[in-house]
Amino acid sequence: MTKSRMIASVLAALLIGGAVATFAIAWRPAIAAIEPPAPQSFDAALVKRGRDLAAIGNCNDCHTVRGGKDFAGGLPVPTPFGTIFSSNITPDAETGIGRWPEAAFRRAMRSGVNRDGQHLYPTFPYDHFTNVNDEDDRALYAYLMTRQPVRAPARENLLSFPLDQRVVIAGWKLLFLRRGTYQPDSMKSAEWNRGAYLVEGLAHCGSCHTPRNRLGAERASAQFAGGDVDNWHAYAINAQSPAPIPWDADALLAYLRDGWHPDHGVARGPMAQVVSNLSSVPESDIRAIATYMAGVFGAPTPDRKRRAEAVLAQAKSLSVRASKTNAVGASIYAAACATCHETRRPLPYGGVNLGLSTAISSPDPRNAINIVLSGVRPVEGERSPIMPGFAASMNDDQISALLNYLRARFSNQPAWTGVEKTIADARRTQAVFLQTSPGPYNAPADATQRDKP
Amino acid sequence: MMTLKVNGQNHEIDADPDTPLLYVLRDDIKLNAAKFGCGLGQCGSCTVIVDGNAVLSCVTPLLLLEGKQVTTLEGLGTIEAPAPIQRAFMEEQAAQCGYCIAGMMMRAQALLQKNPKPSEEQIRAELEPHLCRCGTHMRILRAVHRAIRLMDTADASSATPRRAQ
Repeated sequence: MTKSRMIASVLAALLIGGAVATFAIAWRPAIAAIEPPAPQSFDAALVKRGRDLAAIGNCNDCHTVRGGKDFAGGLPVPTPFGTIFSSNITPDAETGIGRWPEAAFRRAMRSGVNRDGQHLYPTFPYDHFTNVNDEDDRALYAYLMTRQPVRAPARENLLSFPLDQRVVIAGWKLLFLRRGTYQPDSMKSAEWNRGAYLVEGLAHCGSCHTPRNRLGAERASAQFAGGDVDNWHAYAINAQSPAPIPWDADALLAYLRDGWHPDHGVARGPMAQVVSNLSSVPESDIRAIATYMAGVFGAPTPDRKRRAEAVLAQAKSLSVRASKTNAVGASIYAAACATCHETRRPLPYGGVNLGLSTAISSPDPRNAINIVLSGVRPVEGERSPIMPGFAASMNDDQISALLNYLRARFSNQPAWTGVEKTIADARRTQAVFLQTSPGPYNAPADATQRDKP
Repeated sequence: MMTLKVNGQNHEIDADPDTPLLYVLRDDIKLNAAKFGCGLGQCGSCTVIVDGNAVLSCVTPLLLLEGKQVTTLEGLGTIEAPAPIQRAFMEEQAAQCGYCIAGMMMRAQALLQKNPKPSEEQIRAELEPHLCRCGTHMRILRAVHRAIRLMDTADASSATPRRAQ
């Protein structure tokens, strides 16, 4: 054997070996299709439990486009790697999951593989759903299979090579998909454990609130330290929380159930949909989530407590102070903001005192900017908080002056940097959003970047 | 002192920079089409057009209007020569008490200037920030559709500010 032939055979062996290894890691069998089961074949109580679980999982948020049919998918989700479209999870036989047996649904939840054996992109948060138990998967399956089937073919993802090759996802899973990231803790109460199971699993809070690494996986070492979603900042919900008033279990329960809390303000941005869904599930589950998350936030230090008391006391005293250094910002605040935010009208119809606002104390100004630009739109058919947007009446310099004023007056944090650029970016995103919006829009409850590829 | 441009005319205004535009329009310039409803930017009855955009004048401080063009309902047309949007609202009898109507017309006008052929959904979404307690919503929607047709046949540029009567 010549030397070159030897090299060739070694290379060939390596290639074949590599291919076999890749195949072993990546290949998943198809699960045989079934005739779509009749809705009547599912137990009504199981369907109802599935409905509550789907609300906790916030499934409709990604699997429904604005103005579209429930769970029919097609929502473009922008990621740093490209745009992924959500799938149709209605029981339509051709374009949905109508022919999926329960085992296929469970496999998708547990390991991110569809019925055909293809790997699913982790935009579908199976890194959390892997923790959902069989019983809950069964209830979710029963709920989804009894929805109205909608014919809506999948939209092609916008990804470039090699990320458009689903085999790549197998490698990602090898690195980042861990079963059993949630383990019950016998030292803790049943309620705490229930909360942990929901938060780490179906509720997938970390998907937004935990920062991600360069490969798009949650950084385990920075759990709940704050992340990004659709041009909004998902606040840190651990000890690093920027909330001026520390969160406790009672406040979390009220906020997650009602969508607002007098010491924290109203949920908006992508969180609005989350609390809207949570408002309809059994209180015991929300209480469990609140109990567990209160532990994640941790007890405030005596120093933090003192500061919180000072902020609360200040919020109760009405005084529009003149600013010598930022007269423009102060004047805009007095005319445009203080009429609601400093009148003692109770939440949620009065505005929160901005000294209590996490948006103003957050290290990231995006949420405050998004809200000033587009306001808080009312929820259709419900009593809900409302705030006008100011995109049409203020230019970037004026909004910048306002935000710098708010930051200086209502937080004890250093000034934001790069506010002007962030405003310009936010305005561009919203402009695109409004132009591409097909029908009635619901900004900013809707994520601003959604619906644009 | 600042110069405020309303309906094509310059006005010298002596007011604090944080004075809401609505107060200046009604109290200083005596243009009373824009109404004080809630004073919180939640009902829409104070809506005027600033540089082509519908703006809530009750939460818009004077200092934001430096160098801008304000148009109020008085600037669209007159009783003798109503603008298409005004004709449409009259012909559809869209006003009952009428308190919200000036604001409705101004936002509809701003919409039609940007998009002469909006869909029903777009009109509804655009007018969403406006409240009407009488419940003439269906007539208001019909009026906007009528205005679309009127503007299509008439001179759509009737939004160019005219002198108020």
